[in-house]
Amino acid sequence: MVTDQQGTPVGRRVFLGLLGLGAVGVVTGAAVQGWLERAVGPIVGRDPTGLGALLPVGRFRFYTVTGDFPDRSRADYRLRVDGLVERPLDLSFADLTAMRRAEVTRDFQCVTGWRVTDVRWAGVRLRDLLAEAGPLADADAVRFVSFDGAYTESLTLHQARRDDVLVAYELEGEALSSDHGGPARLYVAPMYGYKSLKWLERIELTRDVEPGFWEQRGYDVDAWVGRSNGRSDEAT
Amino acid sequence: MAVAPAATTLRPSDPPILRFDVVERVVHWATATLFVTLMLTGAALYAGPVSTLVGHRDVVRAIHVAAGLALPVPLIIGLIGRWGAALRHDLRRINRWIPDDRLWMRRRTRGAARLGKFNPGQKLNATFLGASIVLMVATGSIMNWFDAFPLSWRTGATFVHDWVALGVWLAVGGHVLFALRDPDALGSMLRGAISARWARTRRPRWYEDRTGMPAERLKTSR
Repeated sequence: MVTDQQGTPVGRRVFLGLLGLGAVGVVTGAAVQGWLERAVGPIVGRDPTGLGALLPVGRFRFYTVTGDFPDRSRADYRLRVDGLVERPLDLSFADLTAMRRAEVTRDFQCVTGWRVTDVRWAGVRLRDLLAEAGPLADADAVRFVSFDGAYTESLTLHQARRDDVLVAYELEGEALSSDHGGPARLYVAPMYGYKSLKWLERIELTRDVEPGFWEQRGYDVDAWVGRSNGRSDEAT
Repeated sequence: MAVAPAATTLRPSDPPILRFDVVERVVHWATATLFVTLMLTGAALYAGPVSTLVGHRDVVRAIHVAAGLALPVPLIIGLIGRWGAALRHDLRRINRWIPDDRLWMRRRTRGAARLGKFNPGQKLNATFLGASIVLMVATGSIMNWFDAFPLSWRTGATFVHDWVALGVWLAVGGHVLFALRDPDALGSMLRGAISARWARTRRPRWYEDRTGMPAERLKTSR
């Protein structure tokens, strides 16, 4: 009699097949994900049922380098602008929102492959903040510090003065949550997401560009989307 | 499997049959608890509305990572020792597909299939969830300790983790639905034994293996 402990080892084949698929997915997932974001992302964004939002496409992922998501209320928030400037600033959240408001609606592209299309950001142009502080003649770069205690970023002064670089405090019309880097973060529209430092605490004018957290770990300092980090994403 | 000597003296319709021994039940419920913990904390990490509702992202993340690392432990402990004989036998049953499983897969021939202890759906479910443990622990580890791996692997690991998670929700959801529709089967995962009638009608090949009695008594008496 055939017992059910004999027969074809289909289970083992399926099991090993799944592990093989998983390994292929880890190695090629970056490319597949990029393709999915472009092909499916826009459809999911417009999906009226909202069920598409459950799919792992066209959505933000939340990263922190400290393993902890720093939380600071708008009331406790301070932003300093100092270094090579004529007038160092120490701003409260209210000071920030009292400045001229700017909006930018652009894609958010992560260097790890995912992309969120048409994200609506609001805040203050970094250019306006810098003008308020008045960079000294020998200032040629801007360094950013996060209150997570670990993350830093930097831009050339020229890059920092672009129209599409914000100190953002609203996302899609709502207060920027802690997950997204609130109360205020940097948004550098034309560059990969790692430039858009979260939990912004300090803006320091410096003589030279100092590589940021990820740049010390191999990412490109000039992080133009599609023209850096060996990637060929469409520009945002 | 050896037929218990006492089996021939039993009246096949009466005494319940042990379906899952205590080791298998403990492994099942420990793994189930970890799976549910991971699915809920995973949802809180992944889905925006749930994230904002739950908050405490650092705590949720710590629970998710700890439960993830613990996920394979009950199964490994259950399998390695002398106590794991029943679990190892069932694993072999899940691995091996008999011709009747193929009959069962087609609706037209399903009635003719004389199944062993598990039906093909249960086999596929167990195989997928077993593979998902390996895949999720591996990709989760790459995501958590990304410094040690190439950059593109982190994206790839996230990609695999996301889609397997979707599969796990479907597989566990389906498993729970089927269990609720079959109280006898669900009860046997709590108490161990199942009625002889259930075994004889639903899993005749397993019934014969366990009792040494023919499952289709009515047919032979005719």
